[in-house]
Formats: sequence, structure tokens, C-alpha cells
Amino acid sequence: MNSTSNTPSSGQTAPRRAMPKRELVLFGGLAIVVLAVFATMGPAYSTRMLVEASCYAILALGLTIQWGYAGQFNAGIMGFVALGGFSATFFSIPVNHEFWASDLPGRLGWVLLAMVVVTALVFGISRLDRIGVPKLLRTTLAIVAGLVGYLVVISWLRSVTGDIESQVEFIGGLGLPVWLGWIVGGVLAGGVGYFIGHICLGLRSDYLVIATLGIAEIIKAFLKNSDWLTRGTATISPLPWPVAEPGDVGFLTARALYLSVTVVMIAVIFFLLHRAYHAPWGRMIRAIRDNEVSAAAMGKSINRRRQEIFVFGCILMGIGGAALTSFNGLFDPQGFLPLNHTFLVLVMVILGGPGNNLGTLFGAVLVYVIWIMSGPMALAVMHAFVALGSHWFDWQPGNLDSRALQARVFVIGLLILLVLRFAPRGLIPEKVAHHD
Amino acid sequence: MNELIYFFNYVVIAGSVTGCIYAIGAVGVTLIYSILRFAHFAHADMMTLGTLAVLLLTLAFPHAGDPLGLPTAIVMLPVGMAITSLIAVGIDRAFYQPLRNHGVKPIVMVIASLGVTLMLQGLIRLFAGTGSQNLYVDARKEIFRIDVPGVTRPIILTEPQIILFIVTVIAVVGLHLFLTRARLGKAMRAMSDNPDLARASGINTKLIITLTWVIAGSLATLAGTLLSLDVAFKPDLSFFLLLPIFAAAIVGGVGHPYGAIAGGFLVGFAETLAVFNWSVLLRPLRDSLPTWLELPNNLALVGTEYKIVVPFFILIAVLIWRPTGIFKGKVI
Repeated sequence: MNSTSNTPSSGQTAPRRAMPKRELVLFGGLAIVVLAVFATMGPAYSTRMLVEASCYAILALGLTIQWGYAGQFNAGIMGFVALGGFSATFFSIPVNHEFWASDLPGRLGWVLLAMVVVTALVFGISRLDRIGVPKLLRTTLAIVAGLVGYLVVISWLRSVTGDIESQVEFIGGLGLPVWLGWIVGGVLAGGVGYFIGHICLGLRSDYLVIATLGIAEIIKAFLKNSDWLTRGTATISPLPWPVAEPGDVGFLTARALYLSVTVVMIAVIFFLLHRAYHAPWGRMIRAIRDNEVSAAAMGKSINRRRQEIFVFGCILMGIGGAALTSFNGLFDPQGFLPLNHTFLVLVMVILGGPGNNLGTLFGAVLVYVIWIMSGPMALAVMHAFVALGSHWFDWQPGNLDSRALQARVFVIGLLILLVLRFAPRGLIPEKVAHHD
Repeated sequence: MNELIYFFNYVVIAGSVTGCIYAIGAVGVTLIYSILRFAHFAHADMMTLGTLAVLLLTLAFPHAGDPLGLPTAIVMLPVGMAITSLIAVGIDRAFYQPLRNHGVKPIVMVIASLGVTLMLQGLIRLFAGTGSQNLYVDARKEIFRIDVPGVTRPIILTEPQIILFIVTVIAVVGLHLFLTRARLGKAMRAMSDNPDLARASGINTKLIITLTWVIAGSLATLAGTLLSLDVAFKPDLSFFLLLPIFAAAIVGGVGHPYGAIAGGFLVGFAETLAVFNWSVLLRPLRDSLPTWLELPNNLALVGTEYKIVVPFFILIAVLIWRPTGIFKGKVI
């Protein structure tokens, strides 16, 4: 991760150059592993695994541009995934006619309008110093107005959402095509990313980690507790697919069709990222990552570029999360876990090779296959341990399944540390071209 | 008056309790930050780990505290602190030191600490399960009701809360004396100011780093155990503690132990005030209010389920207006 300048060096763009050996061997090995899974677990299961892996690959590409290209670390991927998932759900599920027939949409609309008015009012008051109001008075006024306005709007909102929950359960969806939800999911995630990036990117990189970690938990808490919007813990299912449903054409065909959609998405994203990486823009991003001071001295607008790349990464995460949620067919806010949706992606990126798109793809598929297969394996290992434990120490732990899951948490953590220690640049490192 | 007592019970006491916990946690984070220059995300899990050590010791000797008249967990606390410190130093030697020697960027250390977080979480839940457990094994939590003359509602204090206040004061005073009087404490401050200069003037930086981990591990055990005494031991608490603790450390100015204490109380009280239902306090005024102003039943700023929003917004506000924190921390 110390490149200063770069030329197209990956085998992908230069067709005359042979594919480097390392990539060939690694991808060949991966293909064998995937084929082995196909042989042992059956095609329907394996296709499902591949679809999920491809959705994770989109997330991983999002992180690789943030962490690999620009050196910004996002610890809140889960939040962006959840936002994307929510958007996909909201756009695609059928319309709740009972809700729209009642007076509730109107009331909800008034509350939203009041929210906008209060925000505008507070913003206006906070600008009063422009017309000569003393600053202290302005601040006091703004805080009081904000507080009162907030309390009024929130108690109004509480009554409306309470009525929605008791009368029509939840507001339902929009009944629009799924892909629209995916795009809006990306936009939503990008918007949140813009907000976070705007605040944190000028500061030390640690602050970004804390802020993203926090926003992810907040998004999850919001989706979990807003029963009127998402049915909360009651979950929403089934979610429509952008391709033919399994009920019509059978599991295998439907999943294969879905896989082709995600693969096309990855191909498009990959192509665009590849072009961007080798374009002057990508060079500038890497220059900022590697030496901020000299990049600034060259007249590059550091914070703007950082903001750009952070938002791009978040958009990809939103889209990937939307695709993943749609595929699962179930929107369960509690199902978004830091382990599954943040740290797994992190491992994919740092193991595959941060800053190398091909490496990231490799890492995504490999880690996901290991992850899926590790469930049964961890359980088997646990059984062996417990057999030993009860033999030697009379140790009899209950609910092995959840404990086996925790063993996976441990392994993921250990993997992060080992990769950082022994292969900090990943299995397929970013290629740095040197000009003598 | 009843309302005031209610306010006292649910805001002053509850806020002080959370404030103490956040303060002790934030001091640990800020000390690690000032010596090792990275945000240690595994701190909340170290708290859980320390609590687990104390819990296991308590389970092993449930009546050790009876002769002293204290809860067993308090008697076992020093042992638990020692064990956690050892583990903390071990983690540093195994995972952080090699990275430090490679001279990696601070953000890589942060990612490593996230890895440690996961490892600890996995280990803790592997052995303790995911359910919550009471630290009062074979004993009863004592609750003191202090009657205030002329009021029907008593002030309620529990035994762990009193212990918490006493222990926090002892820990803060002890830390202050250590940092200002002891030779090692002064060396530690020197190293936080300027590591190169400290090394050049003959301070054993390795020893200081070890010492930092010992202090951080002990404080984490202290905070975790006292919190768990008050409520219960929950293995999955860490992500919810992490944000308030970091918010406290940043509000107080990173690398500033006294600031971290102030920040801890600030965040703790802000949380409690935000989830407090203000309409209870306004109820006596209900009859004198004009008719057009109807008092809603729930006048809390945020619902309890959104408590985590409060430290986040404090954090955002501080990062926007004063990124160095109230007390002007050193590093941004």
C-alpha cells in the first residue's frame, strides 16, 4: 500500500500479457473449491451460496475502494446494508390498501411537513446573526426553538405511528419494481455516507471508525423499533425478486437467474472501478492515500476527493445490501449483525487484497465459502470438544448451536489479526508499478 | 415534592451510575490512546472479560465476601483485575506489539483492535453463553430506602450503587496521585506528551506500555464489574458501551484523563436526561396550564430504545464544533 504512481498492470486490461501465475493458481483453487461444494451439497444449495457470495462481493468492492483505494476504514457496513435492504423491501412489497384508504397517510404527511417546517425554522433562526441579532441570543433561540419543535413533532409522530400500528399494522410498500428499490437503497446509503463523511473525513481516521460504528447501530435500532414502517421484529416476507420467482420456475433456475443478475452487476461495477482506478482520478486518490501532504501541495482538494470516494463506497454497499436482502426474501432488522455484515466483509477485503479489485472478488467468494461451510464444521468441532470436556472436566454446556456460532466469531477475529500480521497486503496484493 | 424525589431517583442517581461507568471506561481508552496512539476498540470487551473473570471467581467461592460484609464480587475484584491485566498485556504482546514494531498506521492498529474485539467476544460467549447472569451468587442485593420528611416517596439507593460511587472516587483519586506523584506516573505523562523525547531521556517505554495495559485492564474490570453488580452480567453489552465510552473520551479531549472523567459524566447524564419522561415533572402544573396546551403523556426526548442516539449526537456535535474536546485534547 505504498504506491506513488501506477500504470495498468493487472492482466485484465492488457490482453497481450499473460494472466499472472499467482492469480491463475488462486482462482483455479477457488474454482475447485466451489466445484467441490457443488458436488457435495447439491446445485440448489451451492447456487444460493454463490448468489450470496456475489452480493457480498459488491459489499467488498464498496469497502475496497474506501479502505484499499483511499485508506478510509468503514466499520458500519451493516448500517448501509440495512438501509439498502430496507429500501428494497419498501419499494417492492405490495401496497397496503387499508393504509392508503384511511386518513393516516394524510396525517403522516402533515407530520413530515411539520418536520420540514421545524427544520427550516431552526435553520433560519440559526442564521439570525446575519441580520444583527447577537450570537448568544441567536444560539439560545435556536436551541429553544429546536427543542420545542422537536418535542411537538415527536409527540405528534408518536401518536400517528401508534395509530398506524393499531389500525393497519404497518404502512406497507409501494409495489414498484425491485431494481428501483436497489437504486434508491444505494442513494440512501450514499446520503448517510455523505453526512458521516462530511463530519469525519477531515479528522483523524479513528473518528470515522467510531462514527460509522455508531451510525450502523442507530440505523439498526431505528429499523428495529419503527414497527409502523418495517413491522420491526415481526419481519416482512416474502420479498419479490427482480427475476422469476422460485415458485414459478423452480429453485435452481430462479437462483441461477438471480445469480446472472448479480454477476452482471459485479461485472459492470468491476469494469467501472477498473477504469476509475487507472484513470487520473484513481491516481489522485492513491496519491492522497499515500502522501497527503504532497498531494495537497500538488493542489488536490483532499477532503473533496475523500468525500467522493467514501460516498461511492457507501452507494455500492447500499446496492449490495439491497440485493442481499431481496435474495433472502426476508427483511428482519434484527438479522443485521456486525459480524455477518461488517466484519465478514472486512475479512474478505483484507484477505483478498485491499485496493485490488480482482483480489477483493477472490477474497469475497473464498471467505464466503469458508464462512458457509464453517457452520457445520464448527458444530462438529464443538461436539468433539464437549466430548473431551465432559470426559475430563465434567463440562456440560447447553445449546451447542449458538456456541458454535460464537466459535466462528472467534475465528473471524483471529483471521483479521493473522492477516494483518503476516499478509498485510492480502493474497493478491495491489500492484504497484515502479518507473525507473 | 414527590416529583422531585422521582427526578432524583431516576436522573441524579441513575445518571451518576452511568456517568461513573463511562468515566472509568473512558479513562482507560484515553490512557491507551495517549500512550499507544490508537483508538482501542476492544476496551468494552475487556470490561466484559474482566467481569467474566470476577463472575467465575464468585461462582467458585460464593461466600468469600461474607466475613467482610461485602458482596463476594467486590472481594474478588482485585484478583479479577490482576487476571484481566495479565490477559491485556498478553494480547498486546501477541497482537499489537508485532504490528507496532512494523510501524503500521494507527488505523491498522484500530482494525487489529476490532479483531481482538471479535476474538474476545467469541471466547466470552463460548464460555458464558449469551444469556445474562447475576453477579450476586447466593446473596441478595440490599436496597436502601431513605425517607425524606414530608414526602411519601423514598430515595432509593442500592448497595452496588453506593459501592460504585465509593470505588470510583478511590480509583480517580488513586489515578490522580499516581499520575502526579509517582515516578512511573510522571514517566507515563512524559511519554504521552512526547514519546521520542521520553525515550531519549531514559524512560523505559516498554515498561510504560505494559503499565498502561495493566491500568487499562484493571479499570476495565472495575467498570465492568460495578456495572454488572448494578444490573447483571450481559456478554453482549460491548457494542452498546463502546460508543458512549468513545464519545466520553472525545468530549473530554482525547488523551486527557480528567477530561475523560468529565466527559463520562456528561454523556451519562445526557443519556439519562434524554430518556427521562419530563411530563412527570410537569404534572403538578397541569391544572394551571392554559387549556389549549395539552400535556402529552410521554415527553421524553428519545425513547429508551434509541438511547444509543444520544452519545452519537454528542460525538457528532463535538466533532463539528470542537474536535479537540472540552479540555483541548492533544491529538486529532
